[in-house]
Amino acid sequence: MATAMASRKQGTSRQQTLDRAWLILLQILMTLILISFLVPTLWMVSASLKASTEIFQHPITWIPKDPQWSNYTRVFEVIPLAKFAENTIIVVALSVLGTIVSSVMVAYAFSRIQWPGRNLFFSLLIATMMLPEVVTLIPRFLIFKQLGWIDTWLPLIVPYWTANTALYVFLLQQFFRGIPMELEEAALIDGAGRVRILTEILLPLCKPVIATVAVFALLQHYNSFLEPLIYVNSMDKWTLALGIRSINDSNAANWELVFAAGTVMVAPIIALFLVAQRYFVQGIAMTGFGGR
Amino acid sequence: MTASTMTLRSRLPSRLKLREWAAGYFFAAPFIIGFLVFTAFPMLYSIWLSFNKWDLLSPMRFVGLQNFIKMIGDARANLSLYNSAYYTIIAVPIQLVISFTLALALTQKLRFRDAYRAGFYLPIIVPLVASAVVWQRVFHYEYGILNEVLGWVGIPAQKWLFDVSLAKPAFIIMSFWMIGRQMVIFIAGLGNIPQSMYEAASIDGAGSLKRMLHITIPMMTPLIFYNMVIAIINSFQTFIPAKIMTDGGPENATLFVVLNIWQQGFQFFNMGYAAALSWELFVIIIGFTIVQFQGSRKWVYYEA
Repeated sequence: MATAMASRKQGTSRQQTLDRAWLILLQILMTLILISFLVPTLWMVSASLKASTEIFQHPITWIPKDPQWSNYTRVFEVIPLAKFAENTIIVVALSVLGTIVSSVMVAYAFSRIQWPGRNLFFSLLIATMMLPEVVTLIPRFLIFKQLGWIDTWLPLIVPYWTANTALYVFLLQQFFRGIPMELEEAALIDGAGRVRILTEILLPLCKPVIATVAVFALLQHYNSFLEPLIYVNSMDKWTLALGIRSINDSNAANWELVFAAGTVMVAPIIALFLVAQRYFVQGIAMTGFGGR
Repeated sequence: MTASTMTLRSRLPSRLKLREWAAGYFFAAPFIIGFLVFTAFPMLYSIWLSFNKWDLLSPMRFVGLQNFIKMIGDARANLSLYNSAYYTIIAVPIQLVISFTLALALTQKLRFRDAYRAGFYLPIIVPLVASAVVWQRVFHYEYGILNEVLGWVGIPAQKWLFDVSLAKPAFIIMSFWMIGRQMVIFIAGLGNIPQSMYEAASIDGAGSLKRMLHITIPMMTPLIFYNMVIAIINSFQTFIPAKIMTDGGPENATLFVVLNIWQQGFQFFNMGYAAALSWELFVIIIGFTIVQFQGSRKWVYYEA
């Protein structure tokens, strides 16, 4: 009896040591993978602070010996990076605002109002999710050309005031459906209009969802490259994405400048990520299921 | 209430009802207008365009099926399809294995799980244009970090983006860093598998391998399928890295479909032909999606 218990005890403790060893191994492995995931970005930041001679040195120095902060002042002189940043802020702010306003309106119509055609239009909205963007690339360009919108920001902004990202509408609609209808019926009886119901009752309740939509829309527009490339020609209207591409072409050999420009573009987004990580993760989990 | 008044009522909506309908159209107006102007009309217009020849300078000329006939024999267009298919078919399965494995690892009792998750997610937060200029140099023959790291284990330096046979693999390698979204979806799904299933299996004497094969993987098949469909659609539309890192080279080894369409439209100004090519891509993507949905019946497990 006693020996049996002892051997069992030994067995479990051996199992425990094995488990622990496995966890330590996994921990080390994951740390190595984590480093490999971070290295390209860290390398960019580190090389953006190196003298060009240090960049082209073997073996690679990971931490710059003598940080060249002047690379950053230089990059702002070589290309109008400040102007690009300003343009980007305007375009992103207006398109994110449009995305939120229009998605909230449309989600409201699809979730809390009965109207003929609702199901049809909702199906069409869902169908647009399956539509590869490239199909409308050429005709949209020609339409905007006809409208005289080429070389303006309008093609980058106006379409996003039409709730054209089904995922965002879907997210908000799911949320609105979870709020009891009585809330609204009571308000309607009190004579409150629907706009007031939406802005004063529903919106305060769905702040987290709106934050998620805002974060995703912000990323989407900040990263946007193909659209500005097609629609915006004059340099004084370029966004950061176009600026990075241009310095990469014009200063291909000056890695430190290209990397400095890249870091300028990446830094705010990483800061946002660290602050709003919750909304990123939440959003993916939600859209992951909701978005089919 | 009799049947006749009821039908009358449904035929003649009350004023209240009409007001509700008006509100519905009012709030849905952004989408209805936007859909008609920026999606439906462009699609119809694009069909019309694909039967025409237009360089934006001379007037549009109806050419019937000429664009589609040209497409079949166009070596460049076919190469771009091959490149995109090659990239997609090799990159997507490996991406899924990596993201699924990482997600599994992050459900173990590790320390700093949040930090790992954030770190694995970070590369897709970085704007792709910025990633592309960095990765272009990661693959650099002399000063790139990839060759440096490979050198540690004795693998000779490669020319990557300048080597016809390694350029596509380089793009595939780069895509392995962009799996954060898939991973987060997998993590969320793993968290949703009822713990009781594992407990029941343990009582029945199932080891960890059996639990993996008979519980975890079957329960995750809907999400594996979801991630696969989305990844394939996205991979077929790769544009930014190709435009920035190689502009299609070397010898068109990284001329992917969307880059080819962009060149036809905005470099050579063959608007009609570019429209026809985008319809070809559309049909291929939809075809792939339908095939996957058909195939999914065999392996995707949906709870009743």
